[in-house]
Amino acid sequence: MTELSGWGRYPVVEATERVSENFEAASAGAALSRGLGRSYGDASLPASGDDIVASSRRADRILGFDPATGVVRAEAGLSLRELNRVFLHRGFASPVSPGTQYVTLGGMVAADVHGGNHHVAGTFGEHVRSLRMRVADGRVLEVSEAAEPELFRATLGGMGLTGHVLEVEFRMERIPSAWLYTETRRVADIDELVETLLESSRHWPMTKTWFDSTQRGRGMGRGFAIVGRWAEPGEARPEAPRLRERVSVPPLPVGLVNALTVRVFNELWFHSQSRPHAAIAHPQTFFWPLDGLRHWNRLYGPRGFAQYQCVLPIERDARVVRRFFAALTRRGCPSPVSVIKDCGAEGRGLLSFPKPGISIALDVPLRGERTQALVDALNEIVLEVGGRVYMAKDVLTRGAHFRAMEPRLAHFLEVRRKWDPDRRLRSALSVRLFGEDA
Amino acid sequence: MKALFLGATSGMGRALSRLLAERGESLFLLGIPAQDLERSAKDLEARGAAHVGVLVCDLLDPASFGAALDRADEALGGFDTVVVTAGLFASQERLEADPAFTAKLLAANFTNTVLFCEEARKRMLSRGGGTLCVFSSVAGERGRKPVVLYGAAKAGLTHYLEGLDHKFRAQGLVTITVKPGFVKTSMTEGLKPPPFAGEPEGVARQVLRALDRGTPVVYAPPPWALVMLVIRALPRFVMRRIGF
Repeated sequence: MTELSGWGRYPVVEATERVSENFEAASAGAALSRGLGRSYGDASLPASGDDIVASSRRADRILGFDPATGVVRAEAGLSLRELNRVFLHRGFASPVSPGTQYVTLGGMVAADVHGGNHHVAGTFGEHVRSLRMRVADGRVLEVSEAAEPELFRATLGGMGLTGHVLEVEFRMERIPSAWLYTETRRVADIDELVETLLESSRHWPMTKTWFDSTQRGRGMGRGFAIVGRWAEPGEARPEAPRLRERVSVPPLPVGLVNALTVRVFNELWFHSQSRPHAAIAHPQTFFWPLDGLRHWNRLYGPRGFAQYQCVLPIERDARVVRRFFAALTRRGCPSPVSVIKDCGAEGRGLLSFPKPGISIALDVPLRGERTQALVDALNEIVLEVGGRVYMAKDVLTRGAHFRAMEPRLAHFLEVRRKWDPDRRLRSALSVRLFGEDA
Repeated sequence: MKALFLGATSGMGRALSRLLAERGESLFLLGIPAQDLERSAKDLEARGAAHVGVLVCDLLDPASFGAALDRADEALGGFDTVVVTAGLFASQERLEADPAFTAKLLAANFTNTVLFCEEARKRMLSRGGGTLCVFSSVAGERGRKPVVLYGAAKAGLTHYLEGLDHKFRAQGLVTITVKPGFVKTSMTEGLKPPPFAGEPEGVARQVLRALDRGTPVVYAPPPWALVMLVIRALPRFVMRRIGF
């Protein structure tokens, strides 16, 4: 038995983890797969202590790469960091990058991750051509749009609940250089932030914004917008960017993230970038800024923290964002890493998170009932305006809220019933959100 | 470099073969099973190896070594580096309870590994030398309670490798003995990692430096050199009392 938790370090459960280079063999009879454990909540945790968790992290071989098409096939445990290390300097990048490189390909499929280019590139699943999977009855299948398309679509964003993803084949993007051209500019409040974001996304392939979650009233939603694109060879630095070695946060007896420290941090951060400026950025700084700080989740102390990400549709009424922010800041939300991003069209994954609208991501230290009440209040708004929450980040959403937000769940569960009538594949998340028995 | 591996599909062998692949070296993989060798070959090709060949060769079947080495020699156009990471492992309790497996482990980790090295070093010496890099263990440094049997085979192997290095270095054969302490691989899965536990990637970087420089002995990760210095110096009555 080992102790497992998601990146938020809450909850922590005792589990039997099967780690092997032969992930295909390890997945036989397992209830759930787990990669690098970077989903924040309970998505990678077993529903019960008797369930076996198969770890993919040693199954990391590249099984094929075609430089003419950019198509790569690899075992599911290959991390995005390793993929970057091998391919960035050769002119290829993953078409979609989430906020950290410490994710596996299997995890990127299971969460159907998105990045700053969602409005252009969609989710990772849009670029997946084929998956090798072990389904609940033990068979190993190749699954794609041509073979078992329904299972394929249910698996993209299906949080590992439709089968064990053993191999992933997807198309990488050809990049002119491994550096980025970026522009950063400050925005004074939430309205300007959203407006800037939507306007920038018309011209830039990558856009995101950071906002100061501690500001209320006039400065509510102040922050900055960061836009970018891959740099052309003439602009980029001549050398290949090195993925940096990391500073490590030690285990801390108490968390350093609280209302006061976040206020100070946000104030300094906001004023650090007073003038609009352009720069050639290292890919790690642009895509995965926190990867430089190993074990950064320890900053929140032993009690852990909750991530929360939702998307709010704005086509009917853009004021929902302001309303959401008012609810958020009124309750006090000391979140140092707060990101807003516009989402493009919905993908083909039956339960994929993004849909057109504004997505808001927060990190909040866990403070018992107070944090639960905050998430409940935010979810009420999300539900009312027809938004949804991101399962890979979630830990506190109530099942009833989730089911009310997800009219797509019935279809997903139907596919799952077909492939796994006895519900052999399950997780702590599926018990909490789908309302299954543990 | 034209490097021959016995045991490159997993753990430290996998990590080291990847570093060589990234430098664009030519590689040949011996090991089992065939499917695993094929998958590792694809991985190494994608990472930049100039050429990767494979052939099934079981450490438990010493009769096959000569032919396998000839095939590898032919494919690489004469290997100049041989890396042996293959071996068996089991806890002392398991070995005490299972004499048949003990016989197998002792044969694989000592006799057969030595026979393989003999075949390999003769071929390299016949053309002026090369590098023979073999993974032994800190378990071979001293008789210790948790590794009585496994350690005995590794002690024999370490002695053999030291002898080779003394005898043949002047003729151009560099012998490198790698002595890993605790490294987090499938081999040690389920054991509680002690302080100074290493990752296979870190060990691989250390061994690559040793290959380039001809360092005869590598403790990996490095703090184990100090740990073993102390262990070697402890009087017997102390060793008898401690559980290490």
